[in-house]
Amino acid sequence: MAGALPERAPDLTAAPEAIAAELPPEVVAQSLGEYVRAYTARIRAGESGVLPVIVAMVAIMVVFEAISPNHVFLSPVNLVNLFQQSAVIMVLAMAEGFALVIGEIDLSVGFVGALGAAITVQLVQPLTTNWPWWAAILAGLFACAVFGAIQGTLVTRLRLPSFIVTLAGFLIANGLFLKVLLLGPFSGYPNLAGQSINLQVVYYLMWGSIDPVISWIGAAVVVIGLGLFMWLGDARRRSSGLVAPPVSLTLVKIGLIAVIAIVVVGICNTNRANLGTLEGVPWVIPIVLAVLGAWTVLLQRTTYGRYVYAIGGNPEATRRAGVNLAVVRTVAFTLCSFTAGVGMLLYASLLGGMSNNVQGGQYVLYAVAAAVIGGTSLFGGRGKPLHGILGGLVIGGIYNGMYLQGLSVEWEYIVTGLVLLAAVIIDSVSRRGSSSGSITRV
Amino acid sequence: MTAAVAEPGPTDAPLLRVRGLDKHFGPVQALYHVDLDLPSGKVTALCGDNGAGKSVLTKCIAGIYQPDHAEFLWEGHPAHIRSARDASRLGIETVYQDLALADNLDIVQNMFLGRERTSRGLLNEDSMERAAGETLASLRVTTVKSIRQPVASLSGGQRQSVAVAKAVMWNSKLVIMDEPTAALGVVQTKMVLDLIRRLRDRGLAVMVISHNLNDVFEVADRIAVMYLGRLVVQGDAATFDRQSVVEYMTTGAAGRPGGPRAKES
Repeated sequence: MAGALPERAPDLTAAPEAIAAELPPEVVAQSLGEYVRAYTARIRAGESGVLPVIVAMVAIMVVFEAISPNHVFLSPVNLVNLFQQSAVIMVLAMAEGFALVIGEIDLSVGFVGALGAAITVQLVQPLTTNWPWWAAILAGLFACAVFGAIQGTLVTRLRLPSFIVTLAGFLIANGLFLKVLLLGPFSGYPNLAGQSINLQVVYYLMWGSIDPVISWIGAAVVVIGLGLFMWLGDARRRSSGLVAPPVSLTLVKIGLIAVIAIVVVGICNTNRANLGTLEGVPWVIPIVLAVLGAWTVLLQRTTYGRYVYAIGGNPEATRRAGVNLAVVRTVAFTLCSFTAGVGMLLYASLLGGMSNNVQGGQYVLYAVAAAVIGGTSLFGGRGKPLHGILGGLVIGGIYNGMYLQGLSVEWEYIVTGLVLLAAVIIDSVSRRGSSSGSITRV
Repeated sequence: MTAAVAEPGPTDAPLLRVRGLDKHFGPVQALYHVDLDLPSGKVTALCGDNGAGKSVLTKCIAGIYQPDHAEFLWEGHPAHIRSARDASRLGIETVYQDLALADNLDIVQNMFLGRERTSRGLLNEDSMERAAGETLASLRVTTVKSIRQPVASLSGGQRQSVAVAKAVMWNSKLVIMDEPTAALGVVQTKMVLDLIRRLRDRGLAVMVISHNLNDVFEVADRIAVMYLGRLVVQGDAATFDRQSVVEYMTTGAAGRPGGPRAKES
């Protein structure tokens, strides 16, 4: 940053402390110490970032580990279980993120995703269509994408409120979903049990595990690849005098990723079965990471992603910059529904089939809650796919912990609601405390 | 400053010459036969009371509105301005009063919004950051701490500077600024006026719309005054004084006995 702007004069027009508090710490810090100081200054100024959700996760872990019977909460078998339960919410929250960042909402994610998953589950049935698993999955996701594109077109071309359009979409998708379930000789309960490879692949999305050795190798490849990418990128920026985080910070970040990878693979590679062996990283983890990676690259590194954030921040400015808002928004709704299809496909795999018990409405609320708990703003312009992962873990953790306690579902609803309320309060209070919210509300 | 005023030679023809521009909205005639010259290397101040037609004229030049009839001569050649894209292709950039910045994006992201540089399908952040830094440095916008800070954390003057830098980044030849100092304090106003002078010294044509006569006389080389949809007078700033500009703005004429002003007062 020093290289880009050589003659820096003192800024007479702003209080320096206020500015320091509003800046992202990686922008101003020259060393790790400065980074920590800048970060604390920001937290004090109300710009907390992902800190609240990390604190919430630690609190959930400590509390439930302490009170769960035989302290099973942090046992490998339960942690893997927890992740499998949370995966659906995580992916749905990443889906909802597309709608939230452009300042809209999509209430239909649960049932649109369920519709796509039902199509997939029906198509792989050996008794009827017997499609190959990949074709069935593509067909289900394609149906979701089309549904999203129609909703997006209605919202952007006819300027209808997304709340209403997707509420209608919620009902329509719910009806279509039930219609699809009734097709074929399954009395409304097509399931994934059977010897057919196509059934098994869909079932293994959630329940299959990768060989422990391959799990380690895969994790190593991911960590090294990601680490090299971060290290080389930061080094290049440092050497050309651009804004770059200090070396020590880059190392700390890479180290953190490595530690997380080792812990996760270590837990997954512990034998989880009461009898026999059940070990290795479940398929669902790389699937969720692939969605996270793809959408992070799309939103952070492409022009399309840039326009998504710009629309969330200032649609009028984006329009004047020559961006076709209708296209960007419609694509956002399409991607939202597509990702919802991935999420509910995992749900079908978790249930081992599809039935009319699918709680599409509840999952929408969980998706919005997870995104907001993770740090995505309800008011547009701010949010990352990673927020869906973090928020999904919080909700999944509460769900799992209360289930272990033997508490009934009523308590789960109440506690999740309270956590959501806390997240929204943090979102709006931090917005009030700082000037950097994209929309200042009166 | 003096060098720009005494610029002779073959390029004497103004950068943009507007002739006979008419514009009506339904039954309301907003502009009557406006003739306006915008020469390179000069700051032209467009003055006028509310509703005089300054904004409509600006938007016609920027391609936002379609005039009913108009002739544009760009660098001496006839040109058509039918859309904002046409205008920016010619080299006309407008800095609106609301600045059109996205608060949640940083300075570099805002400056390149809609014209991002990419390599292999991904954003080329390094290249954009370098170019944005160079543009800001060349305009001597040096008070920002980092060009990677979100625009929300900037002061009013800094935001104005970023908006101007965004406009001049694209080899623009004519920069139109709508009330650039309206919301600013004393120090920041000075900063923006300095910036306007720097644009002029680079040889750009600058048109500033302003209510503030202090700013107009401080920075303008030429003054054009509108009154009820007509451009009543334009000329060298030295030929005006504060009194005459105010009279043109409020009555459409200056110092003439028996004019509308005499009747009113």
